[in-house]
Amino acid sequence: MNSPVQHLLHVEDVHKQYGNKMVLDDVDLAVRQGEFCTVVGPSGCGKSTLLRMILGMERPTSGHLLIDGQPAGVPDATRGIVFQRYSLFPHLTALQNVMLGRELSCGLWERYRRRAEFRDEAMLFLERVGLAHSAHRYPHELSGGMQQRVAIAQAIILKPRILLMDEPFGALDPQTREELQLFMLELWEQSGMTVLFVTHDLTEAIYLGSRLFVLSQFYTDERGNGAHVNRGARIVADYQLSPTPAAPSAKDSKAFVTLAEEIRHLGFDPAYLQHVSDFTLHHPDAFQTLAPEQMRRGSSEG
Amino acid sequence: MRVPLLFGLHADPPPAVRWLLALLPFVLMLAIYLVASEIRHEANPQDKLLPTISQMVDAMQAAAFEPDRRSGNYLLWNDTLVSLQRLGLGVVIAAVGGLLLGLNMGLFPGLRGLAFSALTFVSMVPPLAILPILFIAVGIDEAAKVTLIVLGLLPTIARDMLMATEKIPAEQIAKSLTLGASQLALAYRIVLPQILPRLIESVRLALGAGWLFLIAAEAIASTDGLGYRIFLVRRYLAMDLIIPYVLWITLIGFLTDFALRWVLRRFFPWYHTGK
Repeated sequence: MNSPVQHLLHVEDVHKQYGNKMVLDDVDLAVRQGEFCTVVGPSGCGKSTLLRMILGMERPTSGHLLIDGQPAGVPDATRGIVFQRYSLFPHLTALQNVMLGRELSCGLWERYRRRAEFRDEAMLFLERVGLAHSAHRYPHELSGGMQQRVAIAQAIILKPRILLMDEPFGALDPQTREELQLFMLELWEQSGMTVLFVTHDLTEAIYLGSRLFVLSQFYTDERGNGAHVNRGARIVADYQLSPTPAAPSAKDSKAFVTLAEEIRHLGFDPAYLQHVSDFTLHHPDAFQTLAPEQMRRGSSEG
Repeated sequence: MRVPLLFGLHADPPPAVRWLLALLPFVLMLAIYLVASEIRHEANPQDKLLPTISQMVDAMQAAAFEPDRRSGNYLLWNDTLVSLQRLGLGVVIAAVGGLLLGLNMGLFPGLRGLAFSALTFVSMVPPLAILPILFIAVGIDEAAKVTLIVLGLLPTIARDMLMATEKIPAEQIAKSLTLGASQLALAYRIVLPQILPRLIESVRLALGAGWLFLIAAEAIASTDGLGYRIFLVRRYLAMDLIIPYVLWITLIGFLTDFALRWVLRRFFPWYHTGK
């Protein structure tokens, strides 16, 4: 039922090791087209590493990362990316930054011939992110929030299969952050695109996602505990959330707060170690491959 | 608390004082020279070591506005022209070569593996020490002088461009690839324009060394050029020509630097403020 072709993004048995340190320890997940997936987890759990592997910037030590059934390989136009920093090219104006995707994908002559067309299209995208008036300013002349809006326009102009976002609002002040969260939800609702959004902010993850992954190194399995088990992070929870964009006030609702507390408990609390067999994998697409030595032997736990 | 005018960490001299401060060393040097020259001429009116200002003006006037008796050239302009041609050609070749080498080494690990050790090694060779080899290999004409400048500057510029390329965040490279950039487009449309301003800075710094190599080459084997002239007239202790020539070279260097700074500000407004 989890055949790789069925899902836009299919990650199975992915391990990532830096030197002797295991960072990701058998990550499994499958994402359907149109989902807004948020990935949240304690700092250092490897959220960004997972995203960079899906992007193709890094390679897994072992395991499979498939996009539309094809191995992730190196970065290409099937994926769009917005980083927290360095997403924009400092030597190009906002408009040129947005046009770049259209220009790079064609030869010199075509670029010259279709210049006006590209420019108009890029202006349209800048209008969508509300920055048409800043088209001719350089990134350093834009505020952090404006820079991220341009970066989003730049990433979506090529209509990537999946938009990857690595803590894109992490460096913004709370008000701008909230504005951009709303903007992101509107954009997702209009375009129906698939998003994978990594954040360390739990509230942001619950508010934005139609689906939420919790990646955490705080769990246990039959290998025991202690320093001798070189254990990396896994998906410890996979929630399906309300797929329709909610108003910011939803962040104060009881259900929202309860969910946040639950996630904080099972993902962020180093003292609470859930067993791999008991992970909160509520989403219908969630799956888990376990090595024999991780699985519970019989049902002898007390 | 009173802010001190001149001394200490907290000094805040007003603009007029800053100007005066900047001028002071020049005024002092000029004054010391004039006094020393005056004293020597008092003792010996034929003194050649510290010529008076009017002697220097006369010598320069002759060099600039009277054709040379032997060649019929206006020496100052002819020397300046040939020297600038050599320097310009050498610097341009070194800059373009260094840019391409550093850029591609920074991006492509294969080329880096091939060229890095060799480049580091070559950059340690003292260029002046291989000048005799150059004279033997490419002759004593223009080619030897230009080659000396290129050999002297290219490795430094290439290493600087390599560092500038490596400073470009990996995120930007990945971003370009997601925007459909080919490897060629990545190198020449994304990275090259970003390291161009660094190239200009690099050339500004390299110009000093460029002049050094030029004058050395001209002094040893040449029949014209600013360096040649200085070393030629040294035989007659013609300080009245040497000193103005040195000042003239300094002025050219200053103007070049000024022009490069202007180019940087005019064409790369995002530079320095970019990060």
